Amino acid sequence: MAPVLYKRYRENFGWIAVTFPLYMFFSFLSRYPRIAAGESVRESLPWVPSLGINLSFLLDGLSLSFALIITLVGAAVFLFAGAYMKGYRDAGRFYLYIGVFMTSMLGLVLSDNMLLLFVFWELTSFSSYLLIGFNHHKESSRKSALQALLVTGGGGLALLAGILLLGSVTGTYEISSFYDMNRLITSHALYPAIVVLLLLGAFTKSAQFPFHFWLPNAMEAPTPVSAYLHSATMVKAGVYLIARLNHEIGGTPLWQDTVLITGAVTMLFTATLAFRQTDLKKLLAYSTLSVLGTLVMLLGIGSELAIKAFFIYLIAHSLYKGTLFLVAGTLDHETGTRDIGKLGGLRKAMPITATTAALASFSMMGVIPLIGFIGKETVYKAILELDRWGLVLIAAAVLANAFIVMVTLLVGVRPFFGKLRQTPKQAHEAPLKMLIGPALLATLGLLLGLFPDFFISNMLEQSARSILSEELSLKIVLWHGVNLVLILSFLTLLLGALLYALRPIVLQQFRFPTLPAFLKPSAWYETALKGMLSFAKLQTRILQNGYLRNYTIVIVIAALIPASFALYRAAEELSIVPDYSITFYEAALGFIIIVATGLLITSTSRLKSIVSLGVMGFSIGIIFVLYSAPDVALTTFAIETLNVILFVLVLQKLPKFLKRSRSSNRIRDAVIASSVGVFMTLVVLFATSFELSTELKNYFAAASLPEGKGLNVVNVILVDFRALDTLGEITVLAIAAIGVLAMLKTATGRRAQP
Amino acid sequence: MRVLLPVIIGLLYAAGIYLILRRNMVKVIFGLVILGHAANLMIFTVGRLTKGAPAFVPEGTTNIAEPFADPLPQALILTAIVIGFGIQAFTIALFKKTCQTLKTEDLDEMRNTDQLEKESL
Repeated sequence: MAPVLYKRYRENFGWIAVTFPLYMFFSFLSRYPRIAAGESVRESLPWVPSLGINLSFLLDGLSLSFALIITLVGAAVFLFAGAYMKGYRDAGRFYLYIGVFMTSMLGLVLSDNMLLLFVFWELTSFSSYLLIGFNHHKESSRKSALQALLVTGGGGLALLAGILLLGSVTGTYEISSFYDMNRLITSHALYPAIVVLLLLGAFTKSAQFPFHFWLPNAMEAPTPVSAYLHSATMVKAGVYLIARLNHEIGGTPLWQDTVLITGAVTMLFTATLAFRQTDLKKLLAYSTLSVLGTLVMLLGIGSELAIKAFFIYLIAHSLYKGTLFLVAGTLDHETGTRDIGKLGGLRKAMPITATTAALASFSMMGVIPLIGFIGKETVYKAILELDRWGLVLIAAAVLANAFIVMVTLLVGVRPFFGKLRQTPKQAHEAPLKMLIGPALLATLGLLLGLFPDFFISNMLEQSARSILSEELSLKIVLWHGVNLVLILSFLTLLLGALLYALRPIVLQQFRFPTLPAFLKPSAWYETALKGMLSFAKLQTRILQNGYLRNYTIVIVIAALIPASFALYRAAEELSIVPDYSITFYEAALGFIIIVATGLLITSTSRLKSIVSLGVMGFSIGIIFVLYSAPDVALTTFAIETLNVILFVLVLQKLPKFLKRSRSSNRIRDAVIASSVGVFMTLVVLFATSFELSTELKNYFAAASLPEGKGLNVVNVILVDFRALDTLGEITVLAIAAIGVLAMLKTATGRRAQP
Repeated sequence: MRVLLPVIIGLLYAAGIYLILRRNMVKVIFGLVILGHAANLMIFTVGRLTKGAPAFVPEGTTNIAEPFADPLPQALILTAIVIGFGIQAFTIALFKKTCQTLKTEDLDEMRNTDQLEKESL
């Protein structure tokens, strides 16, 4: 619908589009009092009940907070995009994609059925693919889109496998039914497999090390997409999954440690990668990765405080990172460049953007009194609480955050201060639509920081209930007084500023050696992709090589082997009762057929082959006569006659057969053919050695006259009981006849050109 | 005959498979015909053999006294034979056309009309 609407209201479409997420936002907000009171809303509709798939949705604290983030940031982004996308040709389609994305993301966080969740999960991957590749005329866009799709889609497959295993262990796919099954699941033999598969899905989606490489590349997408999908929502889907299942299948060392370590490594590693970037969006992308790592790590710690930190940090990050991305988009849009080296002194030209950016930056750096500050404080506190690894982790966290501070200074502050630089486009303030969204988010960050109790505390309580088992009552306070955590916060800021100051010098002085390829996960991806392609080609070359007989051999062998195995298994239960009695006619017929077959195979003369084929057909007809099937026999005679005539007509003019195959091929084919023959003989012998049910036979015999009004039972079956089959048969014949006619009557195309 | 027929069926199957693995298209068609015979005979045999008692309802009665041949496999075979003939006729016509167009009846030579492009490998 969006593209159509867009065509009508091109100018102001942003305003129209924004109503959709805003409406959702407020309807979710209206549920807030109930959720805060500890209730949860659950709706369920059976979809495929036989497979345990239901359209069941659950709104509790955790999903409500995600839903609010999704719709709020969505509203800001929709509005922003109204102005930003004006220059694009297919902006209408953009709204379609992003609308699909928002709906599926909401579905993801709301679904209470694992399989339903998977469906939405894949839908988000898919819409992300479309959005990253939105500038589909650029090769890099297409490549990045494909990369993101393959990585997240591959993870999605692992997730599906994990879900199915989980379903087979618990016997249900409803998430709310898992709630009390922690012991059952964790003690099951399949538990490690489940954990690994589910985490694989979550880590690829949330771009955890070593799958982080797709996220910076995904910055090829238009900026609103990056702000929405690749920082605020989609990449948090993995985090959401871990949080959602933390209570149900977590609590074991395997789960906690894997999550903790992966998160910590991602946090530090990706933060350092940001050091060399000069592109606004790439810088933000790497800091997003680092934050995602932190979130995952917090879930891995899993203490009360860590969950609290997780939650605050999650909201804070969505607010400030969305804002900064949109600011980056504004800068790009208004100045025409995203290179931080070329931006500067824009404070005067774009005062509102500058203020917004400053607010978001302070939040991101963790400066009082914004929500980011509370977030960072609690993160530090949660880490300090740990007795194992606490010291290492705090050092890593401080360092990673210092890099984030550096990124913030580069992105949120530097473009606005200092000397005004020449930019490709004359800088001026952005239109209103591009300002409201980010400004709103940034202000919200400030408000939540100043009055944390107002909104977050209740939500936090309810969300924590879904993540942890026990009730929590945690107060969030802005000011804790001077303590170790505060000192650490300041240390972070200082370090960050230092990094920022040193950055130009370091970058100039040192040529960083590029990492050897085998250390880079993105290189693994490239290799795997190339390997897969060449494997596919190789396979095609071997299997689809154009030789008809190779196809036949593959089919025959593939059918023969499992069938023989089944026959072998069944042979134990059956015994063949051979009946050697034979009459003269039978022996003679058998002899004739065998001779005719032998002649047909060996003959080089076409006429002789046709004659033996005819002899064979007529002998088989006589067998039908002997065994009380006069109708079949008559048909066989008629058809065989026609057949022979046809063959003679077509083939008489052609020369003798040449021996074309090598003898080795002949032997191979003979071996295959005779094994098929032996197999079929055995099948028939087995099949005829037990009692056959006579129900159908008696039914047809008894019903033939009263119901079919005919004495010949076979005929009655054909024209009455199975009349539709016969109709189909006639149709086939008619089609064949038309085909034959068409082929024989039309002139040959190639004959004209020798 | 209980033993001879299965042997003949096996032989027909073997001959059919052997022939469709040949390079000459005519032989492949022969192979198809033989496979058709083999399948029909197999259905017939598996439905049990009864001598001299076709499934006719005698005049004046409404049922047939045992023993009589099972009519259902016969009906199935009848359909199969006719459809098999349709396919044969079509294949023969196709063969004739192919021979005229490509001037060969060797399947291996025909394959270079639609080969996977070598350069892309």
